[in-house]
Amino acid sequence: MARVVVDVMLKSEILDPQGEAVLGALPRLGVNDVSSVRIGKRVEIEFDENAQNVEEQSRVIADQLLANPVIESFSLSIEGS
Amino acid sequence: MSARVGVVTFPGSLDDRDAARAVRLAGGEPVGLWHDDAALGRVDAVFLPGGFSYGDALRCGAIARFSQVMDTVKAAAAQGMPVLGVCNGFQVLCESHLLPGALVRNAHLRYRNRPARLRVETSRTAWTRLYQPGSEVVFPAKHGEGRYVADEAVLDRLEADGRVVFRYLDNPNGSMRDIAGVTNEAGNVVGLMPHPEHAVDELTGPSNDGLGIVASVLAHLTGAADTSGVSR
Repeated sequence: MARVVVDVMLKSEILDPQGEAVLGALPRLGVNDVSSVRIGKRVEIEFDENAQNVEEQSRVIADQLLANPVIESFSLSIEGS
Repeated sequence: MSARVGVVTFPGSLDDRDAARAVRLAGGEPVGLWHDDAALGRVDAVFLPGGFSYGDALRCGAIARFSQVMDTVKAAAAQGMPVLGVCNGFQVLCESHLLPGALVRNAHLRYRNRPARLRVETSRTAWTRLYQPGSEVVFPAKHGEGRYVADEAVLDRLEADGRVVFRYLDNPNGSMRDIAGVTNEAGNVVGLMPHPEHAVDELTGPSNDGLGIVASVLAHLTGAADTSGVSR
């Protein structure tokens, strides 16, 4: 059974206000040496036992649905097969 | 016979009734369309209303893009049918690649709901032909994810081609270049975040400036000359 993990991140030029808010809260935790926080999504996909073309299908899922290429980039990693 | 404007209801749409009311008040005939309708019936234009289609799961508009009705809307838009997307409808149009750019979380992370002052930048669209370019309108804005973004090349292109349709006078969400609404190359597809359908009656909205949106498309459909400026 193939398991695919897709990480989706906002492109670096897109402001990430969530990350900025977290960054802003860090000094209150006593952490003062962080220069940037970016928040993304991790998506775990499990394919059926005898699925074919797992990588190709994962790319379709990531490129056409999980990430919006206008604002986001993604990376795939395939575990097991 | 008045023009028929289809108003799509997705699971999670909120403003479909106001959209239908705006169509009626402006003199059109609203026609309800459902998200899994495979045909548009005999509508002359389509209004994608605001709300939270499919719970805004994943990204606003991302799931609605794959709905049955959007297949037909896309095909009709390519043939020149006027399509308007307001708020969530605008997000759906961007996710469907009918309009460039994307709408992301407001820069200040807060949901913002208050009347927005806008400048109408162009009358060269099916939905704004009765407005005077440069005129000011007030439409309510209410969104958490309304910050318009696109890369600089796309923004330059939109500006050069006169495809920025509405611009905020007091940017409420951090949108790039104060953009509140844009159009496609042909001018038949328009999307904007603030809600013209909530500005059709001074009893219930901050102005009636929004009537001009539907009036414009009705004029466009009957081929009337854009003589009378609806707006100030």
